[in-house]
Amino acid sequence: MQYKSQAVAKPYFIAAIGLFVGQILFGLIMGLQYVIGDFLFPAIPFNIARMVHTNLLIVWLLFGFMGAAYYMIPEESETELHSPGLALALFWIFLIAGALTIVGYLLLPYARLAELTGNDILATMGREFLEQPLITKVGIVIVALGFLYNVSLTVLKGRKTSISLILMLGLWGLAVFFLFSFYNPENLVKDKFYWWWVVHLWVEGVWELILGALLAFVLIKVTGVDREVIEKWLYVIITLTLITGIVGTGHHYFWIGTPGYWQWWGSIFSALEPIPFFAMTIFAFNMVNRRRRDHPNRAATLWALGTGVMSFLGAGVWGFLHTLAPVNYYTHGTQITAAHGHMAFYGAYVMVVLTIISYAMPVLRGRAANSNRAQVVEMWSFWLMTISMVFITLFLTAAGILQVWLQRFSSTPQPFMVVQEQISMFYWMREVTGVIFLLGLAIYVASFFMKGEAAASVSTTSGRGEIGTQTA
Amino acid sequence: MQAPRTHHAPLTAARSASLLGDFMSGTFSKSMARNVFYGGTAFFVLLFLALTFDTQGALPKRDNRDKLTPAVAAGKKIWEVNNCIGCHTLLGEGAYFAPELGNVYKRRGPDFIKAWIQNQPTKVPGRRQMPQFNLTDKQLDDLVQFLKYTSEIDTNNWPPNIEG
Repeated sequence: MQYKSQAVAKPYFIAAIGLFVGQILFGLIMGLQYVIGDFLFPAIPFNIARMVHTNLLIVWLLFGFMGAAYYMIPEESETELHSPGLALALFWIFLIAGALTIVGYLLLPYARLAELTGNDILATMGREFLEQPLITKVGIVIVALGFLYNVSLTVLKGRKTSISLILMLGLWGLAVFFLFSFYNPENLVKDKFYWWWVVHLWVEGVWELILGALLAFVLIKVTGVDREVIEKWLYVIITLTLITGIVGTGHHYFWIGTPGYWQWWGSIFSALEPIPFFAMTIFAFNMVNRRRRDHPNRAATLWALGTGVMSFLGAGVWGFLHTLAPVNYYTHGTQITAAHGHMAFYGAYVMVVLTIISYAMPVLRGRAANSNRAQVVEMWSFWLMTISMVFITLFLTAAGILQVWLQRFSSTPQPFMVVQEQISMFYWMREVTGVIFLLGLAIYVASFFMKGEAAASVSTTSGRGEIGTQTA
Repeated sequence: MQAPRTHHAPLTAARSASLLGDFMSGTFSKSMARNVFYGGTAFFVLLFLALTFDTQGALPKRDNRDKLTPAVAAGKKIWEVNNCIGCHTLLGEGAYFAPELGNVYKRRGPDFIKAWIQNQPTKVPGRRQMPQFNLTDKQLDDLVQFLKYTSEIDTNNWPPNIEG
């Protein structure tokens, strides 16, 4: 670790992994409720389990992004973090506020929680992914402002690299677009229209800048490829992201009361959205192939390559599958959407956070890389989780195709619940695969506790692979 | 689980050029890439804002705002504070555990909707369960008004059929 203050990233990463485990447990509860409808009812109704599942995902990814920024910004800026104390204080505030919110979801009827937390002052709750009570939303804004203040001042006083500028742009964008979660007009169409300014402009907009910056940072470290080359790629990728993704928001404006021309704008621009993800895949493989050092942390390299491939498959290919308006007319709001959502979030954001954790955690624990044994275990978890996610996606896609056929496309359409019973086999298969995912996650967590001799510089190269050598 | 083998060839402009042609070659510098990023992003942000502005103008003819009564607004809030979106879709957005409700007013009618909500949960073993929300008669009426208003939004003929 080059700067002492980078150490504040460590609790953020640990919290991220802990919440990730919680997210998966609630995912398994929901998966079982799909086939055993009264499982845990009325203690944990499906809507509560889902809220916990998706909110934990968002929160742990935010922990991951913040941890990544606290790790990367001092190193990129070549200076200590402005205030490590503030970073630690905000960590505890965010963790406690997040935990209290989840406890509130689980212990109180949602309507009661809304009543107790000021939803009558400003109604913002009860919208997908933005279910947090008003006080939690205000808390998120306060934590985000404190965080941005801290890292922005660090960037301003130190070296300004393209990676840190793009990361800051993504993080500021994340905070700014979150403000639309406070806008909830009575007019449902306007509500939905601007709801997407949080959701779409996050995951298909500014979050991709964060993703690109994290990936570029790790690739510089593990490959030793010249920064100029990597940062040029990064600019090209994020250009493609934003010129397709911003107007690509239109693919959500097909059937919610918005004008018909969005079917053209949305279809055309979102059909181009796989291009930046494809560029990211090529980028990751190309940089690793041209590497000028063999970094001893092979697990981090694997995660980086995996992010490239899986984000392209999940966000790119599975997104394209149902993004054209004539197709989306039949698939909108079916298990096809769920299939895409799972692989896209895993392939892009889960994997990139695990990439930076894989690279940074050993350094934070005082070594360039973990022992070979720990890395092999980590790579097993990579394959188990990634292959499970591929199969979860395939089973949900199969369920979705049948659902579309039986409920939407057939000349004798059947009611929703009748169709759900007919496709339950695929839900069972998804649930079994989910258990394997959990096993992979358990192995991932176990890899942090593996002992063994720390991997030194790998011997396959002719002495060029020394860690900490910036030039090759 | 071995990392890919190392290429020892030095990084040259010619090698880069073989990848994506002149675009990625040395003649296309990082500062050019940065300028394209800022310029391209600014252009598409403005285009998106222009489309948004136009949509705002077109919405009054489509979003059924004439029927947006205080009862509808109250119904929307009941929809929200009971987290209905956590199981159902509304105009295709939400969770996929329970039926689409954007057109439920047309599919089932007001009396069925109210009776259904009042009679939950069904407690049929193994079947998906909807909680009992203990809504008052007025709240039920407001919720139905909201679902009626929603079913009259111009959605470009979505969903494809009455089953949602």
